[in-house]
Amino acid sequence: MALLKRRVRSNDEIPTASMPDIVFMLLIFFLVTTTIDVDMGIPMQLPDRGGEFKVNPENISNVLINAQGQILIDDELTDITQVQEVISSKVETRGLDADGKPKLIVSIKTEKATTYNSFIQVLDAVKGAGATKISIAEPEK
Amino acid sequence: MQFAKKTKAEASIPTASMPDIIFMLLIFFMVVTVFKEFNGLPVLIPSARTTEKLTSKRNVAYLWADKLGRVSVDDKIVTMDEIEPIMAEKFAANRRIIISMKIDQDVEMGLVTDIQEQLRDAYTLRVSYATRLK
Repeated sequence: MALLKRRVRSNDEIPTASMPDIVFMLLIFFLVTTTIDVDMGIPMQLPDRGGEFKVNPENISNVLINAQGQILIDDELTDITQVQEVISSKVETRGLDADGKPKLIVSIKTEKATTYNSFIQVLDAVKGAGATKISIAEPEK
Repeated sequence: MQFAKKTKAEASIPTASMPDIIFMLLIFFMVVTVFKEFNGLPVLIPSARTTEKLTSKRNVAYLWADKLGRVSVDDKIVTMDEIEPIMAEKFAANRRIIISMKIDQDVEMGLVTDIQEQLRDAYTLRVSYATRLK
């Protein structure tokens, strides 16, 4: 027949030109949603059971925190803003031991009703003052 | 005079493999992304200036304590006596385990000490008081 239609050659490939754009969008989505969240905190080592050893009482500095959040450092009432300064000067006067660590041992003692926040604030100040030997005493009843 | 015929060097960066590179990045981020499935107890952790980053997430276990005195480990509310066996099990599985304690700032120290005594019994002595950076 003379009227045979010429076949239309349609282009039946999927266009891949925009593929990078799509993939980029996905990539950006995952980039934005990914939160590589790190755990933050103040590391401490709890004492071993029964691992008591004698220390020179001269090197101990007692820090007491009562339920009202008042702080007593070696029998002197201290404001939370002053704790770092006081402990820092104590660290300096006691000097360093053979390992190059401060000799000072800070013993933090709380009451049962002391809030965790005031304890952390004191611990933070003591750590900030450069004391490395920190002991957490059992709360008084 | 004789001029050398200028060589026409191809100066374009081949972009044909770009999708592959992007795919690789995409797959990396897809694998790394973890959608948080559990948030523990609602706590407001205290802030501190000496906050440090905890190394390696693999060695970290979490313990929550909120201001109502509830304690949670592994998505479950536990009683005080249940902490020790759970932690002992964790310690047996990984001796380098660090317990990150997410404790509300209004919790009383009595509870905190009780938890610490349990941790000492379980021999999980490495702890971290979870804090925010001030």
